[in-house]
Amino acid sequence: MANAPDKPVGRRKFLSDAAAGAAGLVAAPHIASATPADLEQNQGHQAVPSDVALRVKALESILVEKGMIDPATIDAVIETYESKVGPRNGARVIAKAWVDPAYRKRLLADGTSAIAELGYGGSQGEHMVVVENTATVHNLVVCTLCSCYPWPVLGLPPTWYKSAPYRSRAVIDPRGVLREFGVTLADDVSVRVWDSTAEIRYLVLPERPSGTEGMTEAALAALVTRDAMVGVAQVSRSGGGAA
Amino acid sequence: MNGIHDMGGMHGMGPIEVREDERPFHAEWEARAWGLIRATGPFGPTRRRNFRYEHEILPPAQYLQMQYYERFIKVLVDRLMAAKLLTQAELDGGRADPASPRSTARVTPANIAEQLARRRSLRREDVKIRPQFKVGQRVRARNINPVGHTRLPRYMRGHRGTIVADQGVFDFQDTDAEGYTLPDRPQHVYTVGFTARELWGEAANARDMVHAELWEDYLDRA
Repeated sequence: MANAPDKPVGRRKFLSDAAAGAAGLVAAPHIASATPADLEQNQGHQAVPSDVALRVKALESILVEKGMIDPATIDAVIETYESKVGPRNGARVIAKAWVDPAYRKRLLADGTSAIAELGYGGSQGEHMVVVENTATVHNLVVCTLCSCYPWPVLGLPPTWYKSAPYRSRAVIDPRGVLREFGVTLADDVSVRVWDSTAEIRYLVLPERPSGTEGMTEAALAALVTRDAMVGVAQVSRSGGGAA
Repeated sequence: MNGIHDMGGMHGMGPIEVREDERPFHAEWEARAWGLIRATGPFGPTRRRNFRYEHEILPPAQYLQMQYYERFIKVLVDRLMAAKLLTQAELDGGRADPASPRSTARVTPANIAEQLARRRSLRREDVKIRPQFKVGQRVRARNINPVGHTRLPRYMRGHRGTIVADQGVFDFQDTDAEGYTLPDRPQHVYTVGFTARELWGEAANARDMVHAELWEDYLDRA
């Protein structure tokens, strides 16, 4: 990967490259300026990758020139979604529900309000419903029509969530999808799929793993993964943690 | 519309590719694209086409080939061009036409945090309408095939389910054939549960369920 997970993209360099990049739109072979990340991102697609990168650069540069956009605003948006809004928020909600029975009850009764107690809410989290996994019920969240996702608690969706394979199969073959993620459910477990067709956004409350009785809320939150809160994974004692 | 976006239940899309390193952005251009979309303030005519519909009308082959952020940029560019705020020549040249009008950004570093946190609810707390259905009632999703935007997936049409929850009154999101939201038609939205067998046949596990939120206009008594 071109960037370390916590390293913001090089936005100043990006802007300074914009004019050169845009000039290259017509003249240069597109592939020449593709970064390894562009190429990797593009696996499975036939489009030439750098074409879109150059188009985005050109568009930003034009809109800045016209005064329609302040590049510092773009930086602030990126900063928000890279470091402030993400699955760590959701993990805190889950861990609190595991240790605080009254909170768990409020969370299942009115997800939006209970999540707001921890300070999370806003765009794409206006109407939250939390669904609980048990020994006999496993929940899985999808958006077949687009890629709706609860941003305030999980951040922006991962690539697989937005992909055609996941969106097409989660509703017709949820058990097969789960197997691909390494989760094999017994036949007597009921799978409940939630297709986010309207304004409700879903968060899965995973089962608390056994052997975690003595753990603190913060230690428990570190075990909760983004995938578990979408329903394509279970939480294990060894954890993984929400990125 | 019966477009490629409505892909629930389709086969042949291949395996789910999970990346080791799932971050919000995997390339600079993705981050800049997302920032651009969120940092562009209101522009153009106030009566706008449904944003999702503008994605749905992309030709199917193009829709499948484009990446997520690429589709968003495509829709933004189409909107800017329709509003005559951007020309193909400008985009090709990477420079604004010196004669084009200049404006002042309405979304700024000072107000972006508030913009991103703002709730944009379609729920109509102000509208009191008696619900046609109650929890536990059997319903059938209508067999409708509107050419505009709709939130009733094809795979549910004609099938029988059960009302699981009444989510309250929301603005209707379906559009006309041009992609413009239908006139004010707030109505109850219900969470409806369908058995996997009802949707997919006897091969499905008898315990499995699929749920979705459906507007009242999508439902009949069953």
